[in-house]
Amino acid sequence: MKRRTLLASSAMALGLAVSPALADDPLKVGFVYVGPVGDYGWTATHDAARQMVEEHFGDGVETSYVESVPEGADAERVMTQMALSGHELIFATSFGFGPDANNVAARFPDVKFEHATGYTQDHDNVSLYNARFYEGRAVIGHIAGKMTETNTIGYIASYPIPEVIMGINSAYLHAKAANPDVQFRIIWVYSWFDPAQEADAATALIEQGADVLMQHTDSSAPIAIAQENGVMAFGQASDMVAFGPDAHLTAILDEWGPYYIERIQAVMDSTWQAGDVWHGFAEGMVALAPLNERIPEDVRAEAEFMIEAIAAGEYHPFTGPINRQDGSPWLAEGETAPDGDLLGMNFYVEGITAEIPN
Amino acid sequence: MIRLERRPAPSRFWTAATPVLAVLLTMLAGGLMFALLGKDPVAAIRIIFWDPLFNPQFASYSRPQLLVKAGPLILIAVGLSFGFRANIWNIGAEGQYIIGALCGAGVALAFYPLEAWFIFPLMVLAGALGGWAWAMIPAILKTRFNTNEILVSLLLVYVAERLLAALAMGRMRNPEGGGFPGSRNIANYPSASNTELIANTGMHWGVVTAFIAVIFGYILLHRHILGYHVQLAGQAPRAARFAGVNPDRLVMFCLGLAGLLAGLAGMFEVAGPAGRINIDFGSGYGFTAIIVAFLGRLHPIGILLAGLLLGLTYIGGELAQMMLGLPSAAIQAFQGMLLFFLLALDMLSNYRIRLKPREVA
Amino acid sequence: MDLSSINPIVLIASMMAAATPILLAATGELICEKSGVLNLGVEGMMITGAVCGFVVAAGTGNPWLGFAFAALAALAISLIFGIITQVLMANQVATGLGLTLFGLGLSALIGQGYQGVRPPRVPRIEIPYLSDIPVLGRILFSHDPMVHISLLLVVAVWVFLKFTRAGLILRAVGENHHAAHALGYRVVRVRLMAIAFGGAMAGLGGAYLSLVRVPQWTEGMTAGAGWIALALVVFAAWRPWRLLLGAYLFGGIVVLQLNLQAAGVRIPVEYLAMSPYLITILVLVIISSSRGRNALNAPGSLNRTYHASQ
Repeated sequence: MKRRTLLASSAMALGLAVSPALADDPLKVGFVYVGPVGDYGWTATHDAARQMVEEHFGDGVETSYVESVPEGADAERVMTQMALSGHELIFATSFGFGPDANNVAARFPDVKFEHATGYTQDHDNVSLYNARFYEGRAVIGHIAGKMTETNTIGYIASYPIPEVIMGINSAYLHAKAANPDVQFRIIWVYSWFDPAQEADAATALIEQGADVLMQHTDSSAPIAIAQENGVMAFGQASDMVAFGPDAHLTAILDEWGPYYIERIQAVMDSTWQAGDVWHGFAEGMVALAPLNERIPEDVRAEAEFMIEAIAAGEYHPFTGPINRQDGSPWLAEGETAPDGDLLGMNFYVEGITAEIPN
Repeated sequence: MIRLERRPAPSRFWTAATPVLAVLLTMLAGGLMFALLGKDPVAAIRIIFWDPLFNPQFASYSRPQLLVKAGPLILIAVGLSFGFRANIWNIGAEGQYIIGALCGAGVALAFYPLEAWFIFPLMVLAGALGGWAWAMIPAILKTRFNTNEILVSLLLVYVAERLLAALAMGRMRNPEGGGFPGSRNIANYPSASNTELIANTGMHWGVVTAFIAVIFGYILLHRHILGYHVQLAGQAPRAARFAGVNPDRLVMFCLGLAGLLAGLAGMFEVAGPAGRINIDFGSGYGFTAIIVAFLGRLHPIGILLAGLLLGLTYIGGELAQMMLGLPSAAIQAFQGMLLFFLLALDMLSNYRIRLKPREVA
Repeated sequence: MDLSSINPIVLIASMMAAATPILLAATGELICEKSGVLNLGVEGMMITGAVCGFVVAAGTGNPWLGFAFAALAALAISLIFGIITQVLMANQVATGLGLTLFGLGLSALIGQGYQGVRPPRVPRIEIPYLSDIPVLGRILFSHDPMVHISLLLVVAVWVFLKFTRAGLILRAVGENHHAAHALGYRVVRVRLMAIAFGGAMAGLGGAYLSLVRVPQWTEGMTAGAGWIALALVVFAAWRPWRLLLGAYLFGGIVVLQLNLQAAGVRIPVEYLAMSPYLITILVLVIISSSRGRNALNAPGSLNRTYHASQ
């Protein structure tokens, strides 16, 4: 946590020193959102970052956004229109916008594109950025393992894709390390955002004995349900403590702001280059919300220590020995997972009893 | 007391005047809503209706985009209009659109990476057949078991959506996509891609087909016995039976045609503008097309204009979000208002308003 | 796999809670369709109810005021549909779709600034003695009052349709509006009232989502519940008791599916998610083919525009 504020403030200092001098015309920056800004989840975090950008640069930038854009032709059109109306930097904030961003990038070589969570980079004006959410999941997994009394942790998952599977594995490994008796119950709701179904899934998990809930879906419904039922839960994407002051242990925060500020500054300084970054605690893209008072002091300290170790690069959440679910070895003693393995992860680690659908 | 009296034939004047009036009223009501949201209403209306067509900065791009957005809407709506005229209610075009796309993409993915001339025509065939077959389910259930086609076709939309999600994450998933859901990019596969025929015009095969459908629809409706039967069945079902119209065959024809065109629309979309199968591929074109069909008064030319008008509000709405920061919800509400006004005023072309003293019963 | 972790009693109780929003909305739509009006705007009315109920409940701290206002607000927008389709005689399918579009947009505008607000709790009422009965106590008597209100409303609708003169008139209007007109009934007025009832019920269903089941407001939170309610009316063949069964079955499949997953049972979720719709189509086929048209119970004038001069 300390690191994040440090990084942000240094970026701030840098920005303040440089931007006003260069700002004749405001730099136009466009944001394309897949959901509504009021989703209190994924899109809301990107829009919060956009507001942070506005606050940081003041008159130096002019941001605009289009929300609830379906991927495909619509996304391509929105981005083209942004490029045509003088936007110099465009953030395409959903995995599905990848092909569209690349298509538009081909036609506007002078416009810079930043694509979140994707993997295609066909042109040198397309940059990729993603967050190592599994680092956050390792820490909440540890907290969950320490806090559970029923030794049962409920996990509400969206779609069986590597990003989500990676998160489950990371949380499980660390919950298990903290509490060898822990078991995971996993529900796939096949949606990123369906408050009613997420609420039902939370209820089902609680009824089956889970006293700590984790989610990889966007709505805050599970927190509210956890609060009603007197169990614990972790928020997703933004601080969801408002929905369950007692239940909410902490949340994995998506902090896009510092990265956006850094990239906009780079465009202003004409130093922008296409990159492919995967940031975590170290860079401040992943952070945890303030820990709930009910977490005991020692667990709190362990969590803080883990965050610092991960941020400092001293600890990798996937450090061997780790076996696959079927018992075959994946990582040897001391070996850490290569990024490629993580990004394509399609198996559970040993110990998880559920099976991945399909 | 005000009384409505049915006109013997729809008024020509009001038929032409009501859409204009409705758009003007929507501008007024919408402007009021925008003003309440703290945005400049005049600027908002100008951006929605004027800028996509005439803004010097980007109109040269957004004008052709209008065709891309309106193309599938028009294509689907023309197909639907025949059924609606004959009181056959297919509201599941969204499902037929999705299945058409899945079939077309399925052919492309099966042949990948072979380059051959026959792949694209085969995809067209598969898309059309897929949509047709999906629409045949409610058609057969209706003719065989007298099952309500409104509900069956609607229910099949959900089935199609689940199937789409299952395939996007399973069978059709891009093997080189790092495990992410979604198929290969079909638009980048030369033998299968539905590219722009003439650069920067927005004209792709789907738009061409939509125009052909409008012309074909017009001829069918006005010059062909089938069109006559459709109209007769809608207006006077009993007379239609005397005239030798077989109601079962009419159901098959109307649903089949709608499914076929919706399937084609889906196939052209997946091979061109959308470029790939993904969980969210179906973005409501099938439902919006129902609105287009009614805005166009179920007439092919009207549908053409209505499709373009609705496409304009979509594109203009995006611009208004970008330039004024209007929430997308405001655009949705605005489109809803437009539809309400058009439907409400439509009464003027079919009925005469008479002021009469209250009848003594 | 650990099926023993599923407690059937608790499961049934949560099925009932999961079914309540669609049950409320479907009960309203049933009356509306019985009068011969197909209103495809259920989703739009539900979400309007969800947001308006939430805003009022959060503002006043009283969930019951929230429910009342939700019903009123959804009733108000259902009357837009009513006036356009009944007085101005526009097509019901198109107007209903327009209502959904409008409701989704409007609700998002109204709800701006209410994300992250917690609504007041709707207390669960443990009825003394009754809720202590083993098994049945937990299933029937340990819910929030809206669950019971929704059950009472189903009974009321059944009584209304079956035993009252007004119900008879409503059915007559839905069956054949010309005949009903000839008998001196005011077709348009009856239908407007049916539409308004449908709107109010959809509003209650929406508010149940935002105040009880999810307790929060988020844009688009109904996520298709209105469409499921529409399917449910057909599934029920326009009969209130079957509606109840259907709602619990629909809600039940979802809840059961989630519980099986949590218990580690490997199920094809994607294909299971299709099953309620396929089952409904099957039911539809069976009821339509096995008996004559009248026994089918489908209102004869459904989705037909009515004008007195015809």
